[in-house]
Amino acid sequence: MTTTQTSVVHDLGTLAHRLSHPARTPCVCEPPQVLADRPDGTVVRSGAIVAKAHAADTDRDALAARIALAADPRLAGILLPPLTAPAPAAPTARPVTLWPLGAPVDPTDPGAAPWAEAADLLARLHRTKPPFPLPPMRGPAKAARAVARMRAALRDDATTVSTGLRDPAALSVLAGWRALPAWARGEAPAPARRAGALCHGDLHLGQLVRHPAPDGSWLLIDMDDAGVGDPAWDLGRPAAWYAAGLLAPEDWATFLDAYRAAGGPAVPSHGDPWPALDVPARALTVQTAAVALAKCAAEQRDPDDHEQLMIESCARIATLPPELAPGPAS
Amino acid sequence: MMQCPKCHAQMNTYNRNGVQIEQCNGCRGIFLDYGELESLTRLESQWAQQAPPAPPAPQQAYPPAPPAAHAPAWGAPQHGGHYGHRRQKGFGRMLFSS
Repeated sequence: MTTTQTSVVHDLGTLAHRLSHPARTPCVCEPPQVLADRPDGTVVRSGAIVAKAHAADTDRDALAARIALAADPRLAGILLPPLTAPAPAAPTARPVTLWPLGAPVDPTDPGAAPWAEAADLLARLHRTKPPFPLPPMRGPAKAARAVARMRAALRDDATTVSTGLRDPAALSVLAGWRALPAWARGEAPAPARRAGALCHGDLHLGQLVRHPAPDGSWLLIDMDDAGVGDPAWDLGRPAAWYAAGLLAPEDWATFLDAYRAAGGPAVPSHGDPWPALDVPARALTVQTAAVALAKCAAEQRDPDDHEQLMIESCARIATLPPELAPGPAS
Repeated sequence: MMQCPKCHAQMNTYNRNGVQIEQCNGCRGIFLDYGELESLTRLESQWAQQAPPAPPAPQQAYPPAPPAAHAPAWGAPQHGGHYGHRRQKGFGRMLFSS
């Protein structure tokens, strides 16, 4: 795998570099910089060009529709548009897309996190009528994948083989997972009242950039999970962080107020937003805790403070009688 | 761990002047065991007789319900602790990853 990954990184760097300045001009470029390198997304930057290799099992038609969405003028000012460039000469094992460089959220400055801007972008995305047929938003599928990854990691981990899934944290995650309605586990279509909106599908602070860097307006990036679905899913991760005690109440209030001020349809404009947020926030709590436990098993370490908060949140979810869970639990 | 008899969320125990109080994480309702109300009333009258009254120990205060802050029944007790910690540490990686 190392060889393959290294070769992908090299190829992306070469591609981005070739596009970052005209041929036969003197090259003073820095070496290509790896921004992410995972099986589901390898991202390399050269100059102002970013090249991304998507997962090998990507549905290429669905990806093409998602990239077309980012390029659509109706989404200008909301989604970072891709660069139009000739496709790589040879078909690649992983689909590749090209993007302009944006400036990400500063991970060292929590006070400057663009919560209001993120909420405003989501509200505008959710309010935009899908301009053409699009695949479903992949949030529930990602949650299911995270739980499967946790199960596999705990089974494979030799140190926990004797206890396996008797680990109380893993049992809490599974209990929270089982109490979710089928649509939130990716096992059924979302109910009609929750479907049909344009969604990002995987919102977190790494999904926002300023373009043009460094002072342009904030835009959403990473279309891999975008599609139509329940817009509340895009609010579910901040909601889960807030419910876990990870996101400060004032940051959550900033986010929610900005979403409502921009006319976002996922929650009612006044009153308690939790009837709409509860299922997505539970699902994303379970997803986050599952990923955390999988990482801990792989790295043979204990959960850090933030991971522990999400695991504790799962434990509270698991203590709620199922009849209190909104919607059918099957 | 107790469950709230009203909304069934989990209840946390707080110790106030030696009296154990259970407060619901969901609806913020408070449960007192037999005799605890009397203990609190007695403490209150002792308190009133002191001059000048000492300020209550903040670490023992149970969290007030924040006005108009909606949260799910399974949410963490929203009282201090984590947030100051988070601000000091900056962001966790978690806020930046799937």
